[in-house]
Amino acid sequence: MTKPKTTRFDTLTLHAGARPDPATGARATPIYQSASFVFRDSDHAAALFNMERAGHVYSRISNPTCAVLEERISALEGGVGAIAVASGQAALHLAIVSLMGAGSHIVASRSLYGGSHNLLEFTLPRFGVDTTFVDPRDLDAWRRAIRPTTRLLFGETLGNPGLEVLDVPRVAELAHEHGLPLLVDSTFTTPYLMRPFELGADLVYHSATKFLSGHGVVIGGLLVDGGRFVWDEPGKSAGKFPTLTEPYAGFHDMVFAEESTTAAFLLRARREGIRDFGACMAPMTAFQILQGIETLPLRMQRHVDNTRKIVAFLAAHPFVEAVGYPELPQHPDHVLAQALLPRGCGAVFSFSIRGTRDQGRRFIESLRIFSHLANVGDAKSLVIHPASTTHFRVSAEDLRAAGITEGTIRLSVGLEDPDDLVEDLGRALYAAEKA
Amino acid sequence: MLVNVRGCDSYAYTGSRAFDPALPTIVFVHGAANDHGVWALQSRYFAHHGHNVLAVDLPGHGRSGGEALPSVAAIADWLVAFLDAMRVERAILVGHSMGALAALDMAGKHPGRVAKLALLGAAVPMPVSEMLLDAAKQNDHVAFELINGWSFSPGDHLGGNRLPGVWMTGNAMRLMERSRPGVLHTDLLACNGYADGLTAAAEICGPVLLLLGQRDQMAPAKNSSALIAALTNKRVVTIADCGHSLMTEAPDDVLDALREFLPPR
Repeated sequence: MTKPKTTRFDTLTLHAGARPDPATGARATPIYQSASFVFRDSDHAAALFNMERAGHVYSRISNPTCAVLEERISALEGGVGAIAVASGQAALHLAIVSLMGAGSHIVASRSLYGGSHNLLEFTLPRFGVDTTFVDPRDLDAWRRAIRPTTRLLFGETLGNPGLEVLDVPRVAELAHEHGLPLLVDSTFTTPYLMRPFELGADLVYHSATKFLSGHGVVIGGLLVDGGRFVWDEPGKSAGKFPTLTEPYAGFHDMVFAEESTTAAFLLRARREGIRDFGACMAPMTAFQILQGIETLPLRMQRHVDNTRKIVAFLAAHPFVEAVGYPELPQHPDHVLAQALLPRGCGAVFSFSIRGTRDQGRRFIESLRIFSHLANVGDAKSLVIHPASTTHFRVSAEDLRAAGITEGTIRLSVGLEDPDDLVEDLGRALYAAEKA
Repeated sequence: MLVNVRGCDSYAYTGSRAFDPALPTIVFVHGAANDHGVWALQSRYFAHHGHNVLAVDLPGHGRSGGEALPSVAAIADWLVAFLDAMRVERAILVGHSMGALAALDMAGKHPGRVAKLALLGAAVPMPVSEMLLDAAKQNDHVAFELINGWSFSPGDHLGGNRLPGVWMTGNAMRLMERSRPGVLHTDLLACNGYADGLTAAAEICGPVLLLLGQRDQMAPAKNSSALIAALTNKRVVTIADCGHSLMTEAPDDVLDALREFLPPR
């Protein structure tokens, strides 16, 4: 049967969620830099507060510019809705606190961004939420770690910094067997390279600071609800998510799962999480992220193309010990990557040089185009030494388990001419080798 | 709340309010492969403004047990049984699409039990294309895609939701995807086969509100003319640039029209 026509991805990156401004005709999404919004009358005010009418009250809860961004990422991910928040960390925190409280447990991949690891390993236990970290490639380890108190499975589409490819379909299936949702950090891949909801994930979040923006000028996060998970399925999830399935005194005894069949999580996250924890996104930030998303398909393809050239160069270089990129046949997840990431495995990867720690330092300090800093996903190429920076709080044992050594160097490949990047790396490798 | 109707648990959303027999009752009836959630904003408003709200999940839909009913008349009969179970003698009925046909049929057959009637996205007849029926019969996802394609106005396909942060077409798709296999086909057959709408309309003396979407492709506004002509005590409101998903696309326009028709208490 002929499928009906729907708007395609590249068009959605430019248009989803936005219309010409009805007040002025402005074609670009205006920056609604206003803390609050005027009510028409008292009844209108009360109706907005009680979710009887649609609209904006106060920019901590929602804002018209942020709402465009929320719709756009929802459209690109294939979700039902999203919440724009202050950072990727705020998105992870919002997801967790919307689902669980003290006494709950999370099973997470051990190959996480250092900030996420900190939150789960050191901070959340103080609030009664514990995490068991597992090898993301070991499905039995995921299964063994699930307890009666487990409320969430969590991983990154591409692990940090080893680029372990999360087997989203299998981990999601395991989660669903136990009546649990799977939350995925999709920062490294963006919906251009992977749409985790189509593979079975239930919740997706991004550090929008990275590839979604591309320009490296804002901090922001996006939390997207896939709308498929059933929060009170008898014999599965029933009883596990009282924040969504029982009356909430903080909002007129609303039962979120009854209020919305498909977006209960999103409702709770907005009506409690953003309201009470307050980590909202500024409208100027939303505007800047929207500018980035408009060119996402073009940029991501160039990121991937440049990365492939650099990976090939490094893999053939005699002073390079190893390159970890899933498109290389020797990468443990090569086959899985071909299935889940046919458009490419992103533009962040690590490699190791044959040398001492001092030679590694010489390499980084000899680079002229790559910037030495703690970020990824910029249009400009970046470099960092994970063991001494992003992962410095991680124990030596966990570092080894995550595939990080003293010689590991992480690159985030930008949009420069790839020949310039190769020359820059070649020059720095020569300097390191001679040091 | 769960209500036992003909031996089967049936769900009705109440806006988190306890049922008060002293208040007038509004029954909201959803359309094909939908559930009570499509009325979220409007039903919550009336629940907090002097009415009992019972936004039902029809049998076989949402949180209700049982099987989807095979005809509009059967749904109308079930609505009578539901009111009986709730011990509500007379109610206001608000229906959308298939739910509007069921409300119309019930009001025509039991005019004494319907105080007022609001019909959204209603046309009589309501023919369903063979292509859509075939896809629904095969439980082919294309059926949902066709409905989504026809249910929103062209502008709304790109979003711009009045409800912050919700992607309208994605949310509508997920709701339909949750319907049990075969339910959409049963619902569409019920709409396609309903031939008593004009007869029912002629029996209704009480006030009727028709809310139509100017850009509705599922039940085009021009197909409502026979229904409009058959009703005696009616008010017709056409919402500009709105498709079939009126409650989502134009939630405030729908609420304002309902408020004027059903003044808050």
